Amino acid sequence: MVTTDKPHYNVIGTRPVRPDGIDKVTGRALYGADISLPGTLHAHVKRSPHAHAIIKKIDTSKAEALPGVKAVVTGADLPTAEDGSRADNSTNVLAGKKALYRGHAIAAVAATSEHIARQAADLIEVEYEVLPPVLDVRDAMRDDAPIIHEALRTTSPKGPGEKPTNVAAHIQFNFGDAETAFASCDAVAEGQFSTKMVHQGYIEPHASAAMWNPDGQLTIWTSTQGSFPVRKDSSDVLGHPISKVKVIPTEIGGGFGGKIPLYLEPVAALLSRKTGRPVKLRMDRSDVFEGTGPTGGTSIKAKLGATKDGKLIAGYADMAYEGGAFPGSSVMLGALAMFAPYDIANVKIDGYDVVVNKPKNQDYRAPGAPAASFAIEQLVDELAEKLGIDPLKMRRMNSSHEGTRGPGGMPFRRIGNEECVEAALSSAHYNAPLEGANRGRGVASGFWFNVGLRSSVNVSIQPDGTVNLIEGNTDIGGTRASLAMQLAETLGIAYEDVKPMVVDTDSVGYNDVTAGSRTTYSTGMATHQAGLNLVAEMKKLLAPKWQVTAEEIEFQYGTFRAGEQSGSFKDVANQIVGPNGAGLTASGSVNAGIIVGGAFGLHIVDVEVDPDTGKTTILRYTAIQDAGTAIHPSYVEGQMQGGAVQGIGWALNEEYYFDETGRMANSSFLDYRMPTTLDVPMIDTIIVEVPNPTHPFGVRGVGEVPIVPPLAAIANAIYRATGVRQRQLPMSPRRILETTRGIE
Amino acid sequence: MAVVRIPALFQPLAGGATMVRASGATLLDVIDDLERQHPGFRDRLIENGAIRSEVIIAIGSDEAAGLAAPVGEEDEVHLLPAIAGGR
Repeated sequence: MVTTDKPHYNVIGTRPVRPDGIDKVTGRALYGADISLPGTLHAHVKRSPHAHAIIKKIDTSKAEALPGVKAVVTGADLPTAEDGSRADNSTNVLAGKKALYRGHAIAAVAATSEHIARQAADLIEVEYEVLPPVLDVRDAMRDDAPIIHEALRTTSPKGPGEKPTNVAAHIQFNFGDAETAFASCDAVAEGQFSTKMVHQGYIEPHASAAMWNPDGQLTIWTSTQGSFPVRKDSSDVLGHPISKVKVIPTEIGGGFGGKIPLYLEPVAALLSRKTGRPVKLRMDRSDVFEGTGPTGGTSIKAKLGATKDGKLIAGYADMAYEGGAFPGSSVMLGALAMFAPYDIANVKIDGYDVVVNKPKNQDYRAPGAPAASFAIEQLVDELAEKLGIDPLKMRRMNSSHEGTRGPGGMPFRRIGNEECVEAALSSAHYNAPLEGANRGRGVASGFWFNVGLRSSVNVSIQPDGTVNLIEGNTDIGGTRASLAMQLAETLGIAYEDVKPMVVDTDSVGYNDVTAGSRTTYSTGMATHQAGLNLVAEMKKLLAPKWQVTAEEIEFQYGTFRAGEQSGSFKDVANQIVGPNGAGLTASGSVNAGIIVGGAFGLHIVDVEVDPDTGKTTILRYTAIQDAGTAIHPSYVEGQMQGGAVQGIGWALNEEYYFDETGRMANSSFLDYRMPTTLDVPMIDTIIVEVPNPTHPFGVRGVGEVPIVPPLAAIANAIYRATGVRQRQLPMSPRRILETTRGIE
Repeated sequence: MAVVRIPALFQPLAGGATMVRASGATLLDVIDDLERQHPGFRDRLIENGAIRSEVIIAIGSDEAAGLAAPVGEEDEVHLLPAIAGGR
C-alpha cells in the first residue's frame, strides 16, 4: 500500500469480518429466487425468436385455456407512455408493435406452477412480419440500413436531424486545436478498434416477486442494485402512484450495472393485479443473456500525436457505440474518460449513440471506458515504442494531475494518477525480468469518474450502547461493512458495536443506486453526517445530567468530556437511553452531486502466447489503484481483483456471438466463456491512497476503475509477445492465429 | 468577469464560441448575463428554477450545488452534459 497524508484511524483501514458473511456462506441469505409467499403463482416470459419483426397479432386463447393458467399479459396491458426514456423502459419490459431484438419480452403467463407457465407460454401464438436486422454499429449508421425506430432522429449540436436514422445522437468534445497540433507532431499513432457486446455475467439470474393488494398497495421483492429507482420506474411504467409502491430489495448475487433497470418487476405486478395473488418470476441463464442489458459493442477510430521527447499534444477519436435496441449507449462516458489519464492540450472527439437489433444496452462497470481505453492505451504504447521511451515513463511524463483539465474541460482536484504510475514503476512486478519465448509485458492506465448522488441513513442507539445503522443501498461489494466502519470511526466505537441493515423503500430516506462506485463514498458521507448528528443530540441530552451546556461538551475519539467529567460513548449512551431511556435516532442525508474527484488505476500484465494454438496465458498480473482512503483494504483488493478478472475475460474470450439473423449462438456459460480460477493467476494488488478532498475520510469509489485497463494492458502484452497489434476484441485463440499468421 | 467555457453541445447557441465572459455574483446572475449576450442559454440550463438534470455546471473544480452558488471574478464556469449512460 502506498499512502500519502493520511490521518490516523482506529477502524478505517482494518479488515473486520463482514456482518452478512455468515448468512451468505451458510446459504441462509435470501436472494431474489428465494422469495416465496403463501399462494404464490409462478410466471414465465415468452420472448421473441426474431431480432427485428413487426408483431402483427398475439393470440393468447390457447394459453389461457390451459388448466392451471391464471393470467396472461402482453404489452397492451401496460399504459401508454409518451416520454422517450419512460416509453423505452415500458417497451423493453413488454414489446409494443415491434420485436426489437431476439429475446425481447412479448408476453407472460402466471400459473400454479412454473412448468405450466412455460407450457402455456409455448401455446401463445404470435404472428410476426420478420424484418432484416441490423447488428453492426457501423452498418447501422449507413444511409441504407434498416431503420429500427421510424421516429428516431439524430440529436446533435446542430439540432435534430430531419430523416429517420439509427444514430440517436452525435456528441462532440473539442479542446484546443487538434488539427493544427497534429501537424506539428513528431510521431503519430492511429488505428481502428472494435469491441464486442459482452455481459456483466453476474452469477444470480434476475428474480422478482410482486403482490398487488386490492387497496392498490403494490409490494415488489427483487434482486436489484437500486430499490428506489425500481420504485420510481415501476411507478412510471405501471402508471401507479409512487406512494403506493414499496420495493423490498433481496440480497444480490452480483450486478456490475446490469441490475439497475426494470425487467421482471412490472410484469409480475401486472400478473398479480390480474390474479389477486403474489406472482414470482425468475430468469434462467439464456433469459439473462438474451433478455437483459449487456454492454454494447463499439467501433473507435483514434489518433494520438506526440513531440519527439514524448509529450502528448494531440488526440482525436471517432467513437461509435451500440445502444442496443434503444438509444442510450455509453458513448458520452467513453468519450469523456478516454483521454482523462493524460494532460493533452488539444483533443477532438466525435461520438455516436447508435441503435442496433440487440438487447438494450446497460451499464457494465465503468460503462464506455474500457473500450475507449483499449484504443488510447494501445496508441500510447505505440508512441512510446516509436520514440524509444519506456511505456510507464511515457505515462509518467504525460499524467494528468491536480489542475489538469479533465473530462469536459474542468480542472481535476487532487488525484492519484501520477502516484499510480510511480507505484507501478517501483513495483516488484515491473522490475522483475520477463524471460522466455512468446512472452510479453503490457501496461495500461484507466480512469473512472465515480459519482456521488443521493443517500440517506438513520442511526439509532440501542439500550446497550451499540448502534443500528439503517441504510437503503443494496450491499454488493461489502458496503454494510464499509459504512459500519465509517460510523464506528465517527463515533469512536468498535466496528462490532454497529449493526448495519438494508431496508425497504418505506423505511429509510431516498437512496440512489448502488452503482457508479458511489455507496462507500456517498452513503458513507450520509453515515458520517448521521454520526455527527447523533453525537450532537447526545450532547444535548447529556448536558443537563452533567449540569453544563451542550456547547461545553467536547467529543473526541469516542469520549465525551466537559471539565473533569468524561464518559465513553457507551457510558453516555447508557445514561441517555439505557434501560429506561426514550431511545435516540439521528439521520444523515446528502446529495453529493456528480463530480466527486475521479479515480485512476494502472495494470501490469505478463502473458505467454502459444504460437500454435493462439491461446494467451496470463502469467502474472498486478493491479494498482488510487482508493483515496481504503476503508476496508480487503474489499478494495477484492474489487481490484474482480475488475481485473472481468477485464481479462472481456479481453481474451467473451463476446455475444450472433448469427446473421441476430440469434445469439452462445447464450450459456458453457459457450460464453468467462474466466474461472483455473484461467487466471493470483491478481496482485497495490493500493495507492491519495485522500479525496471531497470526502470526510478521503474515500474514492473503487468498483469500476479496475475493469478499464485490462483490455489494453493485455493487448500491449500480446504485442510484445507476438509483434502484432490487436485492434479487435476478443483476442481469442482464433483471432490471435488469424492476426499473427495474416489470414484475417 | 467570469469565463464560461462552452462545450460543443452549446456552441451553436454562442455563435460557435468556446468561451464567453459573463458577469455576476452568483451562478444565476452569470447565466442571466449569458442569456443577454446569447439568447437561449437560460432555457437550456435552467428548468423550474433549478439547474436542469441533464446538465452539470461546475465553478472551478467543484460542481455548483445550485443557482445561488457564488461566482468570483476570476472563476471559470464549466457547462457539462450530465454523466449518464446505459440507462
